[in-house]
Amino acid sequence: MAFKIRVNGAEHDVDVDGDTPLLWVLRDNLGLNGTKFGCGIAVCGACTVHVDGVATRSCSFPVEATEGVEITTIEALSKDGPHPLQDAWVAEDVPQCGYCQTGQIMAAVALLSQTDDPSDNDIDAAMTNICRCGTYNRIRAAIKRAAAAM
Amino acid sequence: MTQIVNLSRRGFLKGSAVAGGGLVLGVSIPAFDVVGNPVAPPVGQLNGYVRIDTDGAVTITLTHAEMGQGIQTALPMIIAEELEAPWSQVKVVRASALPEAGMAPAAPGTGGSRSVRANFDVLSRAGAAARDMLRQAAANRWQVSISECTAREGVIYHNSGQSAPYGDLVRGASYLSPPADVKLKDPSQRRLLGKPTNRLDAAEKVDGRAEFGVDVNLPDMLVGTVRHSPVWGGKLSAADPAPAMTIRGVREVITTEDAIIVVADGYWPAKKGLDALAPEWASGKGAKNSSARIDKAMSAALKRKGAAVVNEGNINQAFRHVSKRVEATYEVPFLHHATMEPMNATARVEGGRVDVWAPIQSAGRARHAIAEEFGFDINKVNVHVTYLGGGFGRRIGMSFIRPAIIAAQKTGRPVKVIWSREEDMAQPMMRPAAKVRMKAGLNGPGLPVAWDARLVVPSISEQLIPGRVRDGVDQISVHGMEVLPYRLDHQRLEYAMPDAGVPLGFWRAVPHTYNGFFVESFIDEIAAATGMDPVGLRREILQPGSRHLAVLERTAAEAKWDKSPKKNHFRGIALHESFGSIVGQVVELKISDDKAIKIRKVTAVVDCGVAVNPRTIEAQIEGSIAYALTAAMYGRVDVEGGAAVQSNFDSYQMVQMADMPKVDVHILENGPIGGIGEPGVPPLAPALTNAIFAATGERVRKLPLIDSGYRFA
Ligand code: FES
Ligand code: FES
Repeated sequence: MAFKIRVNGAEHDVDVDGDTPLLWVLRDNLGLNGTKFGCGIAVCGACTVHVDGVATRSCSFPVEATEGVEITTIEALSKDGPHPLQDAWVAEDVPQCGYCQTGQIMAAVALLSQTDDPSDNDIDAAMTNICRCGTYNRIRAAIKRAAAAM
Repeated sequence: MTQIVNLSRRGFLKGSAVAGGGLVLGVSIPAFDVVGNPVAPPVGQLNGYVRIDTDGAVTITLTHAEMGQGIQTALPMIIAEELEAPWSQVKVVRASALPEAGMAPAAPGTGGSRSVRANFDVLSRAGAAARDMLRQAAANRWQVSISECTAREGVIYHNSGQSAPYGDLVRGASYLSPPADVKLKDPSQRRLLGKPTNRLDAAEKVDGRAEFGVDVNLPDMLVGTVRHSPVWGGKLSAADPAPAMTIRGVREVITTEDAIIVVADGYWPAKKGLDALAPEWASGKGAKNSSARIDKAMSAALKRKGAAVVNEGNINQAFRHVSKRVEATYEVPFLHHATMEPMNATARVEGGRVDVWAPIQSAGRARHAIAEEFGFDINKVNVHVTYLGGGFGRRIGMSFIRPAIIAAQKTGRPVKVIWSREEDMAQPMMRPAAKVRMKAGLNGPGLPVAWDARLVVPSISEQLIPGRVRDGVDQISVHGMEVLPYRLDHQRLEYAMPDAGVPLGFWRAVPHTYNGFFVESFIDEIAAATGMDPVGLRREILQPGSRHLAVLERTAAEAKWDKSPKKNHFRGIALHESFGSIVGQVVELKISDDKAIKIRKVTAVVDCGVAVNPRTIEAQIEGSIAYALTAAMYGRVDVEGGAAVQSNFDSYQMVQMADMPKVDVHILENGPIGGIGEPGVPPLAPALTNAIFAATGERVRKLPLIDSGYRFA
């Protein structure tokens, strides 16, 4: 089936089965590899993107549900230079293997868009992505650093 | 003996990662097998390079796999320190395991917390040699003695006040021979090592540019996914490809002796195709295997005499004279690695040449294995190492490479084969389950004088490196239990390796994960038996003047052990040596009546000898604590019908942000350089269960904690 999907401000035509998860459309059809595959069952968060600004686990979001929504991936987080959260991530030296980090950042951006000065509890509640390398404390520090800077 | 060769003027560097003018030095990076034995040193073969360009830029090839442990930053730091290269000018390029015109495969294997400590000397010398050649080039130009020329931050200075930047000198230096001997900096003169330095790979890991194995994209590439016999050791007996071929985008269904690979235009159609199949497996007798059977076999082995590992003093006689005996049995289950990036590889087979792109810890060995298994000329096998989305010991061997090569051969196109998470956990290389029975005899003052342990662990070596099993002892199973830091007059260790019938492998910190838990919990039991303070007891029985004792004292001091903790807070301590480093940890927690645990803080002290990058050291200790906490609280792989039960992150749970304690890391440098990727793991579980004991009086002798009713608050 043919779908029109809006990703990072541009419209794309993709011809895939309607049950194809957005994750695989992004990766295999659009070549946007920053969004990662970790579990495929909406548990790990590695595949987090924004659907109309809401953090969404794209491995469990079928392409047929994308009609009329605006999708943003890590590649288009900010137009001019790094997003303040990306700067904070680098300053706090967050990534280890790095595999989960794009998903973590997408989740964090969504959090800060709703709560500009999140408490520890807010962070605990919003940041449920898994990091197998255990970078949680630095993620927390980076979110606070970015919140202070924004 | 470090071999350093000037390659600047050799044509064959053309087209390689270090091609282009300037000064190019090659070095031999030592190679090790998976457990750290040096393997055939590439004498006369070079596999590491440093290039200094005419604009002063310094390029260093990375010979090891970056899987989060920070070596992509630490290894160049070591070279840059001696080279006096401005850090901002240093670039890293990844070497691939291609034997370019006589050069050795640049892939010594990454594991055993070894990359920094094993290469510290050779990289320091390479940096120093380049620096001295630049000094000599300056001396030649100015017609002065080299001893009057000093290097600093990318510039050579002469006493007279003349100076020249490195870029101006590389041409002259490129005609010189590397010095026969170099003088390394006195540690007090180091300007980069020991300074917290941000990772070089952070920027590309926060915007999606970093290329992991799953991101490899080649022209004309197909994507596949694979299912192996879910029962370990089983074979594929029949599979009708038809249902998969009706899925749009599916190109090919490939069957092998023990697997089905579906290749398609993308991962999703491949997965749908695979899921549509109803393969029949010949599971064989492996299907009868279960956790219950393995547990029974291990318990039986625990009752029998094992192979002798240690027998010092006279254990039987000693027990006759002790004032008190303490005895306990402990056990831990099988564990998954659960790397964040599922297993995968990409292969292209063209004109007798095979290229593999993979997140892999053992690229050098993989070349040989590929050549052997598929009959390629070794000189036409190239393994390109991508970033690894976690490694932890899982990314070795052929299991994730084989399907990609088979699929590429069969389709005649490059194929990337990505495993589903379910497949990743169905085909694990598990941390072995282990059981131990320990007995200690205490003297009048309550100090242990006799220590008798019987350890039962299915053998990793038997499966992966049979040569490591000697006289019935798998050396890899007993580390961390055979040499104890405590003064014991009489010590015995026996070991038995029952056949578990499950795939085993190296899991971050390997035997130290369970042996650290066993020993440090039991020491706590010994202290409790006579009401001694756990720090006080260790202080009495650690060797005076030892690094261990210094770690203990510092850990206790940083955790303010001698002051009572806050009301309702309880603490446990443990320390363990592994991979050349000693780590002490204090866990401070609160616990509710219904066993909900809130860990307030983990205080960690690490003596890693030389702190190359303190920022990475802190990160590795934090990460190790999260990794160990996941195992301690949740980790357990059950075996049913000869297969793993836990199959994804829903059933194999991970510590999350809300559960992560504050971590406070302190670094000591009291000895030769040690590893840092793994040593932070072992002390966490015993420090945690010792704190639980302090809080509740319940001694947890079996992990994970959820099995005893505990959970995170
Ligand atoms: S891959 Fe989507 S949540 Fe894990
Ligand atoms: S940085 Fe490796 S999983 Fe998060």
